[in-house]
Amino acid sequence: MSENILEVRHLKKYFPTKRGLLHAVDDVNFSIKKGTTMGLVGESGCGKSTVGRLILRLTEATDGEILFYDDDIRKYDREKMRHTRRRLQIVFQDPYASLDGRKSIFESIAEPLQVQKIYQNKKEMEEKVYELMATAGLARRLANSYPHELDGGRRQRVGIARALALNPDFLVLDEPVSALDVSIQAQVLNLMEQLQEQMGLTYLFISHDLSVVKHISDEIAVMYLGQIVEKAECKDLFKYPSHPYTQALLSAVPIPSIDYHVDRIVLEGDVPSPINPSPGCRFAGRCRFCKEKCRHETPELKDIGNGHMVACHFVGEF
Amino acid sequence: MNEHTNLLEIKDLTVHYVTVDGTVHAVENLNLTLPEGKTLGLVGETGAGKTTTVKAIMQILPDPPAKILTGEVIFCGEDLLKKNKKSMRKIRGKQISMIFQDPMTSLNPVITVGEQIMEVIRLHDKKISKKDAYTKACEMLELVGIKADRAGDYPHQFSGGMKQRVIIAMALACNPRLLIADEPTTALDVTIQAQVLELMRKLKAKYQTSMIMITHDLGIVAEICDYVAVMYAGEIVEYGNREQLFHRPSHPYTKGLFACIPNLMEEETTLIPIEGMTPDPTNLPTGCRFHPRCPYATEECSKTNPASKEIENGHHVKCLHI
Repeated sequence: MSENILEVRHLKKYFPTKRGLLHAVDDVNFSIKKGTTMGLVGESGCGKSTVGRLILRLTEATDGEILFYDDDIRKYDREKMRHTRRRLQIVFQDPYASLDGRKSIFESIAEPLQVQKIYQNKKEMEEKVYELMATAGLARRLANSYPHELDGGRRQRVGIARALALNPDFLVLDEPVSALDVSIQAQVLNLMEQLQEQMGLTYLFISHDLSVVKHISDEIAVMYLGQIVEKAECKDLFKYPSHPYTQALLSAVPIPSIDYHVDRIVLEGDVPSPINPSPGCRFAGRCRFCKEKCRHETPELKDIGNGHMVACHFVGEF
Repeated sequence: MNEHTNLLEIKDLTVHYVTVDGTVHAVENLNLTLPEGKTLGLVGETGAGKTTTVKAIMQILPDPPAKILTGEVIFCGEDLLKKNKKSMRKIRGKQISMIFQDPMTSLNPVITVGEQIMEVIRLHDKKISKKDAYTKACEMLELVGIKADRAGDYPHQFSGGMKQRVIIAMALACNPRLLIADEPTTALDVTIQAQVLELMRKLKAKYQTSMIMITHDLGIVAEICDYVAVMYAGEIVEYGNREQLFHRPSHPYTKGLFACIPNLMEEETTLIPIEGMTPDPTNLPTGCRFHPRCPYATEECSKTNPASKEIENGHHVKCLHI
């Protein structure tokens, strides 16, 4: 048995639209080792959230395999999938939209326990809910509050408590701190790290914020228009960004210090449409180094050493 | 500071929102100066009073519930709070203009972008012909990097970054002396944010426009601002030039802000969050408003609201233990 808890092979999701097929996720491959965090970064519309949803089968993939403990969960029937979902959970971005406004905090956290019929005894279930609230750093007195009475940070803690209710092994964190203020963001990030250590959790951390991803991830995959363009260990990626898109992305982040001078690579234009993408490298139209070959041949992800994967024809040549 | 070089000076501004659930102390005894041609960063978290402050400058606060209780907003030597509606309307868009956070909702979806820019120009220059105004609008679009032949397009035909450029073009169409930008890049992706910041920096250099930039991102402050004011619960807790703020942050809240953000350039460190939450603005703590969250708070902090002290030339800090 491998140490990978999750492996995704040739994952594809195409959405039919009036103007053609929208390639939201186009042949994505990666694996995550148990107890580690994989960061998935990219700009809006690059398909990172779709990847997260595909893994939980909240959206069905068009093609590919999703191996959870070496077993393809795409082949599972409803009943088996419902059972497996205990171990695969997700925390959503917007804590304002992901909680039921008419359920109290207690009811929201108890819901997954009731759905999966974990406890027959009401008392035991109550104990578990209070325990989960404590784990997520929520005061017991908030049990009967409703979401509108809570600020964003506390709501996100409710989302985390819900996700942890069924003792999962694997969590998809879809922009869990993007809607929060910086001081609260740090509290939630620290909580996530602490929980990972205590419970041996594995995370897929989806975010557009490179500083946050760098802080929390062991490995990072950079997505552009439905494809992974670079994947490496966290340190390597920031030390030796090798894909022209990664380089531009890193240089675009404003640094909260006046002592660094970053040579900014300003990308021209916008992200092109993912509907019926033309062959060749998808980044070619905005790339500083684009050559003739880039417009015709799609580059494969190649290992440039130490598991550092880059999808570029001319990697290392500039 | 030399009085004559200040384009904008806010003195003892207090703004409350009077609601049935209580009075929200949004901005309290706020003092702020902006030298001509400079950019001031207004930093703080949600509910700190940043947007209320700039809306008070523009006088676009909704009344009720907002009430400006005390203060002066001196712009080019005149108190804007004493102006009547008609003269304020002449200043807005002409001398002071504002860029809002969300480019998706600040454009009219059923009017072409060219016409929307034209509207500002014609409103402030009654003599200009329609044709000239349109030409000017096209020039403004070119200036922000959008081809003039797109002037006849509607907002939905543009991407988020381009919409924000259209708004910048509109804001600068009358060559204002003061540009207020309220989180202009928050809704944009980083690479698009980089484009917009670059553009704003270029335009600022070209037209010598003074600017107030509201942001929660210290990275953007480092990049674009000359002066920084840090707001917390309706008050400015620290004010100084960029050097002072970034090299010698002195208020515990400012220090806390720096400690809790991950920095891309530095090696792995643990984040030190600021404990607790921003206080409820209808029920603010006594004494220093930051004391319940402050690691250095003493007995005295809960009793006395500290006055702002100048700890070095132009660097003001509102803390008892400085």
